[in-house]
Amino acid sequence: MKKSKSFFLMFGLAVVIYAVIQFLLYNGILNPFYENTLITILINIMLAVSLHLVIGITGQFSIGHAGFLAIGAYIAAIFTMKLQMPFIVALIAAGLAAAIAGLIVGIPSLRLRGDYLAIATLGFAEIIRIVFLNWDFVGGARGMMITRMTDWTIAFICTILTILVIANFTNSRHGRACISIREDEIAADAMGINTTYYKVIAFVLGSFFAGIAGGLYSHNFYIIQPGNFGFLKSFDILIFVVLGGLGSMSGAVISAILLTIISTFLQEYSETRMIIYSLVLIIVMLYRPQGLMGTKEITQLFQKKKSFKGGKQYGHFES
Amino acid sequence: MVISKAEPLLDVQNLGIRFGGLKAVSDFNMTINQGELLGLIGPNGAGKTTIFNLLTGVYAPTEGQIIFTGKKISGLPPFKVTRKGISRTFQNIRLFKELSVLDNVKIAYHPLATHSIFSSILRLPSHFTNEKEMEEKAIGFLKIFGLDHLKDEKAKNLPYGGQRRLEIARALAAEPKLLLLDEPAAGMNPQETKELMELIAFIREKFNLTILLIEHDMKLVMGICERIFVLDHGQLIAQGLPEEIRKHPKVIEAYLGEEVGEDHA
Repeated sequence: MKKSKSFFLMFGLAVVIYAVIQFLLYNGILNPFYENTLITILINIMLAVSLHLVIGITGQFSIGHAGFLAIGAYIAAIFTMKLQMPFIVALIAAGLAAAIAGLIVGIPSLRLRGDYLAIATLGFAEIIRIVFLNWDFVGGARGMMITRMTDWTIAFICTILTILVIANFTNSRHGRACISIREDEIAADAMGINTTYYKVIAFVLGSFFAGIAGGLYSHNFYIIQPGNFGFLKSFDILIFVVLGGLGSMSGAVISAILLTIISTFLQEYSETRMIIYSLVLIIVMLYRPQGLMGTKEITQLFQKKKSFKGGKQYGHFES
Repeated sequence: MVISKAEPLLDVQNLGIRFGGLKAVSDFNMTINQGELLGLIGPNGAGKTTIFNLLTGVYAPTEGQIIFTGKKISGLPPFKVTRKGISRTFQNIRLFKELSVLDNVKIAYHPLATHSIFSSILRLPSHFTNEKEMEEKAIGFLKIFGLDHLKDEKAKNLPYGGQRRLEIARALAAEPKLLLLDEPAAGMNPQETKELMELIAFIREKFNLTILLIEHDMKLVMGICERIFVLDHGQLIAQGLPEEIRKHPKVIEAYLGEEVGEDHA
């Protein structure tokens, strides 16, 4: 009962946010520059949340997320620009293509652990970038011209869907199985959990949403180039997850919003931009090494307060 | 008058494993019948935990085979062995530390639940009924172990004895036929050990379990085990009733060194 209540609360909140921003955009109070920033924020939230499932929940240190972003971006662009398909179809194809890539990469590389997995996924992302760099069909290094199709509404819907699916996955026996792998893989195995299966599932699901984010990403600008998907992009996504707190989805969302805003407004000071951005990261890590949210979710913060009010012993009534 | 000899629950035949040139276990034979409570003892490094790892599929044996309820299980990965009905605890507690006590037990129910990933993502009715059932069963389990009032606590915040109990509860929640306990009393004080002995006797009765335990605490082993296997240098050197083991010359030799403690009966 309580969980469905908080679900409707979140849903209501999402509708209100959407309505307010849509109203502001419609009346021209927010100009197209802000709309663009908002879409970038939403794309980054999708990327952060999808990587959060792989790193924060399942504990698999993958740093090749930009590879899936690239696949989604290019596949969606091919569908709309070369095959003249509707944007929605292109987005779904982008997600599926990235998911298939995730499956192909995941099955062999998820046998690796820790640093080895990190290096394997990083290598994968570079391979993808090089493939697009040398593929003349998509323009090679010059890049590919794209009509802008991403708008605030579709980006918002995709983001909400991403959050909803990953939150629902996490709060179920499947999510618990993934968390148990993060906590202790040997014990998870001994408790009858097919660890390889769940690692691959989390990886594929994460890749799927990264692919959709890629589709939105490529149609938010007029051109995409392989250079947009280098390993620095992977690290950007990784930073969202780590800064937000490993294991906290709301943390990933919050840090994706904050960091995107910071880096957007720092664009005016291009010389000092990276210095300030890096300083922000260093300061946060010094003062909150566990990330902004630790492993907690926003909803937990509210629940904690309630149970403290009632006294700790009596906090166990509702089940 | 034996009508028909019952099939043993577990039948280990000539089991052996080598790591490179090192023979960690060789020629190990053991049969366990339904309902027994057995002990596996031996000096440090004798290969006791290796045998547990072989039985649960963490290692694949290089020789011999393991038959469980009439089917060969050697070579299966650990999660499949668990689903066949062998569950274990670990020497150095391996709880899911950041998860709540309740979730730790719920994870053990994972293979027993049936709702698919799609029904969880779409929040279909089967998700809710199954999750609710898992929760109720898990709480029932924690009540048996006296941990239900701590269900929302993180596992890492439990006291040491509580963590040991939780690990046993988690292993039992997987509904095993055979429970393997790896040094359950390690690090416990005499009072806690006594409670643990009572707990083991109780769960065995309640769940109709067969238990094999590794233990260094001789009082515990001699006190509750019906038969004891003694391992040294990867080989079985003796097996039998506790009083036989106590006086077995090879056992005394293994524990105390050669030619010492010549108290033949």
